[in-house]
Amino acid sequence: MSWEELSIRTEGLTRVFRPKRREARGQRREIVALDRVNLAVERGELFGVLGPNGAGKTTLIKILATLLAPTSGRAWVAGVDVSENPWEVRRHINMVSGGESSGYGLLTVEENLWMFSQFYGMQSGEAKRRIKELLEVVGLADRARTKIYHLSTGMRQKMNFARGFLTDPEILFLDEPTLGLDVQTARTLRAYIRDWMDRHPDRTILLTTHYMYEADELCDRVAIIDRGKVLACDTPAALKRTLQREAIFRLRVAALADPKALFQGVTGVHRFTHAARDGCVELDVVLGDENAILAVLGGIQRAGGQLLSLEKREPTLEDVFVRLVGRGLGSGEGAGA
Amino acid sequence: MAVQKRAQETLRSLRVAAWLGWQIESNWTDPFLFAIYSIAKPIAGTLILVFMYVVVARGGLGNPLFPYIFVGNAFYIYVGAVLMGVSWAVIDDREHYGMLKYMYTAPLNIYAYLLGRGVAKTAIATIAVAITLLFGVAVLGVRIPPGEVDWAMLVAAIALGLSAIAFLGILLAGVTLITARHNYYIGEGVAGALYLLCGAVFPLDVLPRGLAAVGRALPLTYWLEALRRALLGGGGSQAIGALSNGALLGILAGSTATLAVLSVLFYRWAERLAHRKGLLDMQTMY
Repeated sequence: MSWEELSIRTEGLTRVFRPKRREARGQRREIVALDRVNLAVERGELFGVLGPNGAGKTTLIKILATLLAPTSGRAWVAGVDVSENPWEVRRHINMVSGGESSGYGLLTVEENLWMFSQFYGMQSGEAKRRIKELLEVVGLADRARTKIYHLSTGMRQKMNFARGFLTDPEILFLDEPTLGLDVQTARTLRAYIRDWMDRHPDRTILLTTHYMYEADELCDRVAIIDRGKVLACDTPAALKRTLQREAIFRLRVAALADPKALFQGVTGVHRFTHAARDGCVELDVVLGDENAILAVLGGIQRAGGQLLSLEKREPTLEDVFVRLVGRGLGSGEGAGA
Repeated sequence: MAVQKRAQETLRSLRVAAWLGWQIESNWTDPFLFAIYSIAKPIAGTLILVFMYVVVARGGLGNPLFPYIFVGNAFYIYVGAVLMGVSWAVIDDREHYGMLKYMYTAPLNIYAYLLGRGVAKTAIATIAVAITLLFGVAVLGVRIPPGEVDWAMLVAAIALGLSAIAFLGILLAGVTLITARHNYYIGEGVAGALYLLCGAVFPLDVLPRGLAAVGRALPLTYWLEALRRALLGGGGSQAIGALSNGALLGILAGSTATLAVLSVLFYRWAERLAHRKGLLDMQTMY
């Protein structure tokens, strides 16, 4: 694929944040948000960037959307250098940030969206037709004439989602678009994203998420990112195939005081994560050989734990992430190897 | 083709931003209260000035200084309104509405956008200026006979003066872009300093030499002088009184053009700094 056919390309993209002297209180610690990131996203791809909070996903989107300058390295969007010609880049893109409640409170939902359509040069009639269609999709049709200060945070987020798709952009940046939304809405929006891509095969979406199932369900390719570095980049299926020689079990155990101690001295355990759920401990254990599960069960028994369920499952992107990073994507999860 | 595209984006940005500004300015209450507020505010401001002049300074309404002060003060309403209308858009969009980042990712001309956001406040200020002048003529006896007004000079002075204030607003918007929520104080400070320096109330002749020199470098000084000549038939400042009307408007045009260039250059520098430091979507929650 030639460079011209790429929608997004980055080369050694690095962003370092240096705290202000007075904020650092003597500790001038730099934060490397992006560390020499190289990406190539093809036209027509739905490309995912998967990583935990603070991995550098939003920083990447901000640079690509011309809101932030890289410290070093270069990035091209629609073949245009984002640092040299941000005005040209903006003609090709749109962006949606999840988990926020921005918007002009004194305008109605319809007015907010119409205003943006006008900034993008859409015909007013066409804009109104698209607004109606998108408000149906996000479930805000009955709120079209409501001033947005009356809307809940989730509703405003849905409106912002509609704003992103309204202008039919060549390249769309979706930064955690379903963050904080209820399950049903998130599912509807994911279905719309996939459907939009199917209907517009020449469009490109770069989506960041820390929901592994979202990346798995939606993305053609996924880059796994942590602490500013891209650790792997491939299709979800190919990434998961890297784990197929291993056996993955999910166990639910009650009365287990110290899950980490459970694996001390147990051979064959490559990695594990644990999380407290509904009064018990949920363990995801990756074994080099599935027979090693017997030793794990013995360990549970010795630790006084009570096995509630045991399930052998297919690898997920989260398992891939744990293998690459050594810890889980979700907060509050520990990991070991 | 590229120029045509840019021109379309600029016009579009100005038009839609003006619409947005008007919605924000006029939608916060019902139309009746909005009208009362728009009328009461300038009249109250005028009465404060009259009180200070008549009661505190023991000046007479028949004194030639009174129309000088009155006209300067009436038109000075524009300075606060336009200056804040343009520059406040940055802080409003970034901190209050969280929308500046979406403006910055849209294909719009940011200068046209900011100027457009100031249009609503300019329109409201125009009503306030008109009401203040009518109040002065009808109640305070300020003499502005329509037949003696130099309308061409008035229109030229208003157009050039508003442009100067708008570009000063762009400069302040640049300051706002690289600072946090301090714009209100900066804007107030600048408006206050200009009130003293550009002869809105005190003629330049009564200022210390250094301050008078600063005043002579400001386009607003020539703007107010031109407005007084157009409405009252003469200015009041000996410092620039010797200038012909043509020279006065020429200096006003030249200083406005210089200010426009400096403001745009400063805004571009501030924008690059904000881009580098990640301030375009900063929400301080101060």
